[in-house]
Amino acid sequence: MIPLSWYLGLSALLFTIGAVGVFIKRNAITIFLCIELMLNAVNLTFVSLSSYFGDMGGQLFVFIVMTVAAAEAAVGLAIIISIFRNRESLNVDDADAMKL
Amino acid sequence: MEKALFIIFAVIAVASALNILLQRNPMYSALSLIGTLVSLSALYIMLRAQFIAAIQIVVYAGAIMVLFVFVIMLLNAPREQSNVDKQKWLRALAIPFAGLLLAEASYVVWRVPARAMPPLDSSSSGVGTTYSVGTKLFTEYLLPFEVTSVLILMAIVGAMVLARRQDD
Repeated sequence: MIPLSWYLGLSALLFTIGAVGVFIKRNAITIFLCIELMLNAVNLTFVSLSSYFGDMGGQLFVFIVMTVAAAEAAVGLAIIISIFRNRESLNVDDADAMKL
Repeated sequence: MEKALFIIFAVIAVASALNILLQRNPMYSALSLIGTLVSLSALYIMLRAQFIAAIQIVVYAGAIMVLFVFVIMLLNAPREQSNVDKQKWLRALAIPFAGLLLAEASYVVWRVPARAMPPLDSSSSGVGTTYSVGTKLFTEYLLPFEVTSVLILMAIVGAMVLARRQDD
């Protein structure tokens, strides 16, 4: 049987890849994709612990996280569209109106 | 057998996730993320979470990623410019921070007791089915479910307000 730590290790690795992507990418849409990757890594932790303890709570929380991800994608992509309309660019360094 | 399947899907997931970072065109990044989502769905099936695996495919790989691909094509997928000179130090900082994060996570995982998952045909085999998810969702977790619907309504209104043209 597969040890629990394998699932948790895979989840940690995926989360780290997503966090690195948020740091090094400059395209707003790619940063968004990396955030989705981090949400999925956390979902894997929820499902593996839910299966490990035989408790349904983790899987229901994954359901709610997916809903939040859908809402976040809708609102975030609308923000990206309006930034692109104003600045003709998807580079996050160009959206620096609040910079000191 | 099961370990071999886990390793295959884990390697696919990690390789697709790394491919998101390596691609310059956001369209290819989005397609790589779909690969990660599908292999995670296979892992959910191995974890006896059939319902979650199904909605991972339908909602994530179906609905959310279609929205992403639609927006990328709508904005004509401008390639990522390589003018990173402003933020070069931030990019150099990413690697040590990633190592630190991974070290912390592996320290925590190291302390997890090395017990295996319960076998697939144990007494709690009804954990991940649609019946048990639905029963829990509409009895014990009814309030979070209703709050979620309010959240979706607000997201719809917010997306329409934000993406509307300003001149009408």
